[in-house]
Amino acid sequence: MVKVDGNGGDSSLIQVRDLDKTYRRGGEEIHVLQGLNLDVSKGEFVAFMGPSGSGKTTLLNLLGGLDVPTRGSITVAGDEITHMSAGKLTEWRARHVGFIFQMYNLIPVLTAFQNVELPLLLTKLSKAERRAHVETALSIVGLADRMQHFPRQLSGGQEQRVTIARAIVSDPTFLLCDEPTGDLDRKSADEVMALIQELVSEHHKTVLMVTHDPLVASRAHTTLHLDKGLLVEAGSSPQTVSAGGVA
Amino acid sequence: MKFSRIILANLFRKKVRLVLTIGSFAVALFLFAFLGVVRDAFSRDNLASANRLIIINRTSIINPLPLSYRERILRIPGVKSVTHNNWFGGTYIEEKNFFPQFVIDPENQRQVVPEFVVPDDQWKAFLRDREGAIVGARTMERFHWKVGDRIPIKTPVWGSWEFNIDGVYHGTRPGDDETQFWFQWDYFEERVPQTSKGQIGWYVLRIDNPDDAPRIAKAIDTEFANSPYETKTETESTFAAGWVKQFGNIKFLIVTIGAVVFFTLLLVTGNTMAISVRERTGELAVLKAIGFSDRKVLGFVLGESLVIAVVGGLFGLALALVAVPLLSRELSGIVPVLILSPTILLTGFVAALFVGFISGFLPGFGAMRMRVVNALRRV
Repeated sequence: MVKVDGNGGDSSLIQVRDLDKTYRRGGEEIHVLQGLNLDVSKGEFVAFMGPSGSGKTTLLNLLGGLDVPTRGSITVAGDEITHMSAGKLTEWRARHVGFIFQMYNLIPVLTAFQNVELPLLLTKLSKAERRAHVETALSIVGLADRMQHFPRQLSGGQEQRVTIARAIVSDPTFLLCDEPTGDLDRKSADEVMALIQELVSEHHKTVLMVTHDPLVASRAHTTLHLDKGLLVEAGSSPQTVSAGGVA
Repeated sequence: MKFSRIILANLFRKKVRLVLTIGSFAVALFLFAFLGVVRDAFSRDNLASANRLIIINRTSIINPLPLSYRERILRIPGVKSVTHNNWFGGTYIEEKNFFPQFVIDPENQRQVVPEFVVPDDQWKAFLRDREGAIVGARTMERFHWKVGDRIPIKTPVWGSWEFNIDGVYHGTRPGDDETQFWFQWDYFEERVPQTSKGQIGWYVLRIDNPDDAPRIAKAIDTEFANSPYETKTETESTFAAGWVKQFGNIKFLIVTIGAVVFFTLLLVTGNTMAISVRERTGELAVLKAIGFSDRKVLGFVLGESLVIAVVGGLFGLALALVAVPLLSRELSGIVPVLILSPTILLTGFVAALFVGFISGFLPGFGAMRMRVVNALRRV
């Protein structure tokens, strides 16, 4: 279930209430998000679309605890993250969020195995346990035979699959994908999207994704548009949503 | 330990830069150690005996004193024994083979300078041999001499001489000068021109109680005041300090050079680390995004700079450990004995760690404070 009217109830995995984000640029205030509400249940795959500057990435950063809102609250699996200290938020990210970036952002001097292992270094797992987790994650993304390859020795699609393995290796509560296919050709993009769909359908992951590509967005269960700081479901108008919301 | 792989991987990201930065540390630490050794060598007043006084001509050490003063000095209360020396200033075969030669008073030398030890049988042979010489162990080693050799010494003032090596002396403390060459006053007195007979270079005397040094020095200088050969009496350490001062303020010079070396090293490594961190702002932001704390990010940067400092520092100090004895041998007789002490090694290592910490801390602190959202936007 995905709702944008603020009436999602307490059972939602992610609850966003009256979220505002305002930037100051020079003397001007830019209201990127205004009174935004969102409820996402476990196992959902949500795509956010919208024109450049509509606040998609800002929303993703707020949901991932990388940025703090000007007003409002975000609750994930019962933890309200908007009032956490920076240190607590870092610990929370390590436990709950898997990030997939457009530019992969792998560490070039580490092998695929070592890149995927990074989040596990923050846990108390033994070396053998870490190895088992990393091998599983790389098998899921189909790169078990590329573990010792450095990023420069992999194609763009393979690099993005390593990023996905890194995102899922610690079994986070949800995944945040920022234009995961933005830097890939169509074939690689299809492979990556098939993999993300598999994570949702077979591994019951919750995925929130920002994309410009309608074809990519069509893979999600729900597509929400960001317009003038508010979320609307595809096909609905902002007025409809702000008047009462859709479910 | 599990994070060390990340630190090492980042270190080897630019191998040429890594080698050059480690090289900078190594050169700086080698220089530091060498400067420290020279500074120590020129300020080794701990080797000066507290109960020894030196008497020189008040005008200058190159002006002589009469041998006849000896008996008058011995009569001053508190004086235990007196010996006298002359500077000979010769070279062995070639001018580059310079080392210090002294004319000594064999009757009293060992009482006044007991720290230089000569085996009794060799000393007795020396006393019996008018043309005999006692040579320091380092000079023996330098010229591959052995007891029984007859060697030529040439000086611009006194002409060509020949000596029989009758014995070898060794110092009893680290840093003792083992480069000297001693020969007998009688042999010298016999061969110098009439105008130079009966003239010694300086007196060295041993006193009963070091606390009496100021009183005895004053008494001696008063004794010979208003004479054609007025004296200047000092403790051995004051005399040594005055001698070093002739070369300028070596301590200040060396400390200044050392400070400049380390400041330059700080700028070089600080800049290198700043560039290295700036190049991977995005990577550090990703680490923070996936849950690495600010402290861990700072730790990675500090870890890199400290590894460079430790490796470069140890390399430089190891180089100094090898080079200082070689240099000391090459400069034997020209500068005091060069000794690389544990204090210099430890100080150098701590200084390297300090520079490594500071040069890593500033860019590391910047990385620690970096906002992930802003850094990711730049990727």
